[in-house]
Amino acid sequence: MGYVAVKGGSDAIHHAGELVEFYRVKEGTTPLEVAQISAQLRLAVDKVIGEGGLYAPEYAAIALKQAEGEVFEAAFILRAFITTLERRYYAEPIQTREMFIRRKISASFREIPGGQVLGPTRDYTQRIMDTAKVNETLEDMKAFLQKFESRLDKNHLQEVTTYAKVIDLLKREGLLQSVAGDEDRTLKDITREAIRFPAPRSARLQMMSRAETGGLMALGYSSMRGFGSDHPTVAELRYGTVPLRIKDPGGRIRYVGKIAVTEAEMISMKKQSKKGEAPLYGIGYGLCFGQNDTKAICMGILDRTMRAPDPSSPPNDQEFVLYHTEGIESMGFTNHLKLPHYVTFQAGLNNVRAAVKRSTQNVVTSAPTVTTQPAVTP
Amino acid sequence: MSMQQHPWLLRVENLTKIYGEPGPDTLSKTGPSFESNICPDTDSIVACADVSFDLYPGEVLGIVGESGSGKSTVVKLLCFDMEPSVGNAWLRPYMDGAVDMLHVSGQQKRFIRHHLMGVVYQNPRDGLNFRFSSGGNIAEKLIMAGHMHVGRIRERASFLLEKTEVPIRRMDDLPASFSGGMQQRVQIAKAIANHPPLLFLDEVTTGLDVSVQAKVLDLIRELQQELGVAMIVVSHDLSVIRMLTDRTLVMKNGRVVESGLTDQILQDPQHPYTQLLVSSLL
Amino acid sequence: MTPYTKYQSRYNFAFIDESTKKEIRRKLLKAIAIPGYQVPYSSPEMPIARGWGTGGLHVTLSLIGKEDVLKVIDQGSDASVNACNLREFIQSMTQCQTTYDTVDATLIQSRHRITEEALREDQIFIFQVPQPEPLRSVERYEFKTRQMHGEADYAKMWVSLYESFVRHGDIMLGAGYPVKVNGRYIMAPSPIPRWDIPNLSQAKTLYLFGAGREKRLYAVPPFTTVEPLEFEDVKFNIEQFGDQRCYKTKYTRAFLDELYLDDGSRMHVVNDSNFLDKLEAGAEVNPFFNPYLAKIDL
Repeated sequence: MGYVAVKGGSDAIHHAGELVEFYRVKEGTTPLEVAQISAQLRLAVDKVIGEGGLYAPEYAAIALKQAEGEVFEAAFILRAFITTLERRYYAEPIQTREMFIRRKISASFREIPGGQVLGPTRDYTQRIMDTAKVNETLEDMKAFLQKFESRLDKNHLQEVTTYAKVIDLLKREGLLQSVAGDEDRTLKDITREAIRFPAPRSARLQMMSRAETGGLMALGYSSMRGFGSDHPTVAELRYGTVPLRIKDPGGRIRYVGKIAVTEAEMISMKKQSKKGEAPLYGIGYGLCFGQNDTKAICMGILDRTMRAPDPSSPPNDQEFVLYHTEGIESMGFTNHLKLPHYVTFQAGLNNVRAAVKRSTQNVVTSAPTVTTQPAVTP
Repeated sequence: MSMQQHPWLLRVENLTKIYGEPGPDTLSKTGPSFESNICPDTDSIVACADVSFDLYPGEVLGIVGESGSGKSTVVKLLCFDMEPSVGNAWLRPYMDGAVDMLHVSGQQKRFIRHHLMGVVYQNPRDGLNFRFSSGGNIAEKLIMAGHMHVGRIRERASFLLEKTEVPIRRMDDLPASFSGGMQQRVQIAKAIANHPPLLFLDEVTTGLDVSVQAKVLDLIRELQQELGVAMIVVSHDLSVIRMLTDRTLVMKNGRVVESGLTDQILQDPQHPYTQLLVSSLL
Repeated sequence: MTPYTKYQSRYNFAFIDESTKKEIRRKLLKAIAIPGYQVPYSSPEMPIARGWGTGGLHVTLSLIGKEDVLKVIDQGSDASVNACNLREFIQSMTQCQTTYDTVDATLIQSRHRITEEALREDQIFIFQVPQPEPLRSVERYEFKTRQMHGEADYAKMWVSLYESFVRHGDIMLGAGYPVKVNGRYIMAPSPIPRWDIPNLSQAKTLYLFGAGREKRLYAVPPFTTVEPLEFEDVKFNIEQFGDQRCYKTKYTRAFLDELYLDDGSRMHVVNDSNFLDKLEAGAEVNPFFNPYLAKIDL
């Protein structure tokens, strides 16, 4: 069948797949263990569960291995996997006040209840290439662990649990804007129905929670830089684990495990429409699976900006933000340009050729008289 | 007046627009006697209130006032650009004037807007689609009225552009490349495309050079005489009102403070604010 | 190590879980009840990338049963890579029969073409749709286009056709020429060539459209009038191939692909791969017929 531009489709696909596999294994290195990926590529796994929208670190690690470390692709594999799963319960809302904290910082105050807890972060390190990593051995890792654990005071561990939040301080002082009465508080499940505009806040937050980190960052950044006007402060950024509970068919609330999340509460002064009204702080909320400061913070910024609609600033425009930060969709569609388009292209080509012919024959004039094309009337 | 023996074309009653949450005393605590349209209790803003009038076929009504007086709001409410807080309006050619046009479906409003009204805005960007050619802008109006013959659409468009003194060779150009005066003339051509019985002109010469202003005003006057269309002309400029209108409403702080024949108002203004306006004209 | 059994996947028939399939079928019924109206739906993620036919897959997978005979085409070809990929996926998830033969198929999923052979009452034809919103070119906001459809406010769309004529002497819309369905909704027929547009109207088959990324389903039920947008004096027309014929079969009344040979010369060949096979084999064919085709000499 040598008549189609793309021939032998099935064979070609299988061969391409084999080549992918070949490139992965041709160097003869030892296979990556999923446990290694989970542990040593922890942040990649976190990104995949966050953008995939499924809290399944182990499956995310498998997906990362399968996708040769391509995070977009791994998140996509995880998303497709969700479709095959039967959905039995909706979780009860998680309470981040119950968070077992691993990291907790505030940029708004020098001291906060419980203190600033830096936790695991690279924020204050120099990004200098650590060439020593080349020669890292299992013994090095063990030695580090031994030294690290010997310095821990086991009696103090249980004290690092939950704290009051920074926003509570502002609320107590009456500086925090309560959620406005005209805010649409309908609860939507964006995995069960298509988003409609204007979208309620529940849908916006869900979309962003699964959105692509880089997309959120680009738009959040643009708002601070001037294409928009929101430049908020981090009231509090937390990373830690929260208990997850479901209601069983008998109506009993049951603990099913805990998940690690990053939560950002961003504050900025809310524009007041009425004169003499107090200029309160408004909150922008970000929450995502795993540890991903950038995503939670930018989600917080965009939560604020979208609540002040302004079509002239992309970050303040719901449709712009939500449609274009959805990583799985953007990636799929931009890559579909690689599919054959010869019929579609031919249809346009036909028009262009005809128009070029007409223009060389000078048929089109801007005079008011109309040169009607020979029309086919069905 | 002989005009008043005819049935009205447009009847407006209690047209009111309030921004924000009004309180029980909002209307009684705002207006010209308070020199303010902001409610002291609730901070709500009374853009216009209790505006009522009749407009007769072929009549030209002026609404004059300073900025913030509510004159443009009246027009925006009547051409459905904004929703009124309170008020009713009936247009004779729509359901024989029996149905309040301010409280019908969006689809009906669009029908009225495109078949029975024309609007010319101060800013041409509000009245013209800058992504379409000037001919395309006129075509939009004609298509909405059901014209589906490109040849006849272009004939009508060139007729209208000729009428409004826009060179026909510019018909297929984008209005963004036109001068301000020419953009206004395209807007006028678009507004009158479907022979509407009613035309709204909102500060149409504001922002134009004086010489261009005079030409546009001449054009409007000629078109009015030729087509016999009723007009509501909004302007802060009493000389525009004097040149174009038969009857005038004077607005201040969202209320009508004086109304009557334009000549009479100019010769014998009653309200102190009108007197101030007239004296500044002379 | 985690025991091996934990990762043994057992997928539901046709991949998607049953409650979601039901939801998609309910939305399809709504779409059929309001021809040309875009119905929002859940659009679950597929293992195929967004923009690669997920909407078509949703429709196919929610409808397909074990007895169905499936045909998948991409740009007219059964053997195109994406068609192969989708066909293999659906087949592996359902064990259904597949075919290249248009006549044998009960379900046909297609990207950007309708078959040259006429479709029947007992067949369902499923389009993959990249952009379901015909008004997107004149209005970028979803919120507004929904309102425009609701109020049948289509003047902007018409002006864009007028503008195209003024600039170029013709309506320059190629693939995906907008149509009016049942005298009411303007609909994007998916990027099929204009050649296929007349075959949407008063057809015997049920046409279903799935736009996965944009999460919309719509339908043209059998025997529904579908009219391309045209003016009284500027008419819609299908692609003109002049005096070109298929170099293999000398056939003219089919959409032709252009082939460039190594020496830069150009030839034409029938695009629909199954139709071409049949012509070459001298088999009996029963093509669509419409007034536009009548103008083309055989």
